[in-house]
Amino acid sequence: MSKQANKIYLVIVAALTVVSLLLVFPQLVNKLLGYLNWKFIPNLSEAPFKLGLDLKGGCHLVYEADVSQVAAKDQKEAMQGLRDVIERRVNLFGVTEAVVSYQSAGASQRLVVEMPGVKDVNQAIEMIGKTPYLEFKQERPEAERDALLVKQQAFQDEMKAGQGQPEAVVNAILQKYSQELDLNDPYYPYFVASNLTGRYVKKATLGFDQTAMTPEVLIDFNDEGATLFKDLTEKNVGKKIAIYIDNSLISSPVVREAIGGGSAQITGTFTNAEAKDLVRNLNAGALPMPIKLISQTTVGPTLGADSLRQSLMAAWFGLLGICLFMLVFYRFSGLIACVSLIIYGGVLLCLFKFVPVTLTLAGIGGAVLSVGMAVDANVLIFERIKEERKKNESFQKALELGFSRAWPSIRDSNLTTLLIAVIMFGFGSSFVKGFALTLSLGILISMFSAMFITKVLMNAFADTRWEKFKRFWL
Amino acid sequence: MPLRTPGGKNLSAFGFNHMLSFTKHRKIFYTASIILTVASLVSMAIFGLKFGIEFTGGSVLEVGYKQQAPALEDIQKVVIAAGLEGTSVQVAGDQRVIIKTKPIDESKKNEVMQGLLSLGQIVAGSESFQVIGPVIGQELKNKTKVVVFLSLLSILIYIAISFRKISRPVKSYIYGFTGIVALCHDIIIPLGVFAWLGHYLGVEITIPIITALLTVFGYSINDSVVVFDRIRENLFKGQAENFSQIVDQSLNQTLGRSVNTSFTVLLVLAAILFFGGATLRYFALALFLGVGFGTYSSIFIASLLVVTIFETRQNRGLLKNKK
Repeated sequence: MSKQANKIYLVIVAALTVVSLLLVFPQLVNKLLGYLNWKFIPNLSEAPFKLGLDLKGGCHLVYEADVSQVAAKDQKEAMQGLRDVIERRVNLFGVTEAVVSYQSAGASQRLVVEMPGVKDVNQAIEMIGKTPYLEFKQERPEAERDALLVKQQAFQDEMKAGQGQPEAVVNAILQKYSQELDLNDPYYPYFVASNLTGRYVKKATLGFDQTAMTPEVLIDFNDEGATLFKDLTEKNVGKKIAIYIDNSLISSPVVREAIGGGSAQITGTFTNAEAKDLVRNLNAGALPMPIKLISQTTVGPTLGADSLRQSLMAAWFGLLGICLFMLVFYRFSGLIACVSLIIYGGVLLCLFKFVPVTLTLAGIGGAVLSVGMAVDANVLIFERIKEERKKNESFQKALELGFSRAWPSIRDSNLTTLLIAVIMFGFGSSFVKGFALTLSLGILISMFSAMFITKVLMNAFADTRWEKFKRFWL
Repeated sequence: MPLRTPGGKNLSAFGFNHMLSFTKHRKIFYTASIILTVASLVSMAIFGLKFGIEFTGGSVLEVGYKQQAPALEDIQKVVIAAGLEGTSVQVAGDQRVIIKTKPIDESKKNEVMQGLLSLGQIVAGSESFQVIGPVIGQELKNKTKVVVFLSLLSILIYIAISFRKISRPVKSYIYGFTGIVALCHDIIIPLGVFAWLGHYLGVEITIPIITALLTVFGYSINDSVVVFDRIRENLFKGQAENFSQIVDQSLNQTLGRSVNTSFTVLLVLAAILFFGGATLRYFALALFLGVGFGTYSSIFIASLLVVTIFETRQNRGLLKNKK
């Protein structure tokens, strides 16, 4: 590297340092600008770091969607519909930054709801749980119905006989019949699911049945739903159609004629309040399929803040320890390593902020670990330079050789860690992913900081009177 | 133990600037490692590994009390009143109460929370609650198995590739084999420690701990590779009289590097261990143990084992010649 080139690189390093520090701590600049009253320079964005639920507090819910009634090819669309419904509800609840997504895991479909900073988790879960599941069912073919009725009778008889028996016996009976019957629904033998569900509801309104003097719920279907409803009623003239809400039968009117126009009435034994709730819930969106909460993680905001404070403290102490170590064992070179380590930290934080990387505890752990590994590269280089200087090479030459000969070791020693990190990132759970991401980012930047920043800084002292103090360097 | 030539100046970090004879004392190093490994295996056999709810399914409820946490018996009464038998209750750091039980729903959790509130003042927002259904548990288990398998495979491939270059004076697979022995050593000892911690402090093998051990795998293999690389370099130079001298020379040349690089990593891990809070504590401990023993084994086990294997074969060869 010629002297001239090194000067240019030095400027680049300085610029990188200033820019990354400004971006990481924009408040300082903005305060200064405010103090100077220079209106012509716009304030820097004070966008905060993106923190994960474990640091910010909030909840992460995983629901399993029952897609047994949905054809495989329609599942994706149904899941999108489900996501939209839940998203609307969560927004209604006033949770900002909520993320609702779906994913398939083998044969099952999952809905993941993340609500950072939500204060009342119970209420949020209840709110999601209240999303009604509306479905229309039609009569079963008679032969099938009679067979199921026989089974149901047998089940009831066995349960009666099993009364007072140990739990295991009762469980065995339940187990035996749960395959063929829906044990929670006494009307199961009579009705079978149709493809019309709450997914097609456009709007619900509260009505009043003038003759029976009871409240009723009027449903308007969207176009697709209107067609389905017309087909359903057409096929079932003279038969019953059952309306289920949350898996229990609400009413089962007899169809007199095909109903076009896309609206249906639900009359049942509603109280006024119940009917009102149902209308509100249907308007907020009805579930296209039943969902079940299978996993949840909730972290209180105070706990999150504590974790954040502690992990940052660990990071500072780690950095401090390393700086002391480098200063003691590598003296002035160590000081240069510390400077490049601090620049490394700035660049890493900048990346975290602007990529952006969602920081979790695991992520901070990975980043802190990468600081320890980052300084490795400097150790390797300094050890090599020492060896070269023992051979009485000139300062400049020793630097040159030290950096180029240490590079294969630096590359190899980071390669295996990176390899494992990539595998973890590709296949791991969320903790593993967060750790692997920050660790690998850290390792990559550390290689850059050792091979470029440290080199440029050290080169700046070559051929100056500073290089004469041999013992002072290493 | 470490030999020193008199009058030498200590320039490198830990003063190992003189030729130390590792090969001469290898029996001591082997004995230490064998004792630790056997103790760890025994600890695993007796106590077993306790896996966290991520793998088994279950719930964990944690709350922080403003003052001293209530007595264990009182908390247990609350838990039993909610109909949760077979639940583990722990108090961590005087104020935090950790309750681990089977998967429970929100209303059951609220019932327990009400009970806990009646025992003392709980800091608002200090709670954490996690439920992992059995399905998710099984899934995480499978996922983790895949990650572990792929990581092991990739390290084995890496070893095969990077060791193929050295085939003197023993075949390259022997270098690979000793590298793997060293890795097993680095993993078994932390696992043994965690089995023991699991029994006495209820520490569980969780995803973070498995992550830590895999990271150790990626990190530790390098120290061995570096030493082996040096051995190869010195073999080519061919200055030393015999193999064990070459190994000693190589170990001496790489010692400063191995110790110093591991030391920096151990330093930050110690910072996480002591200041990083409860969630990261055992994660850092697993890494600390793994990196620490990893450095030890790459210096004192892997390359010395190559010497032992070499000498055993040589002796056998000599015996054959005599016949």
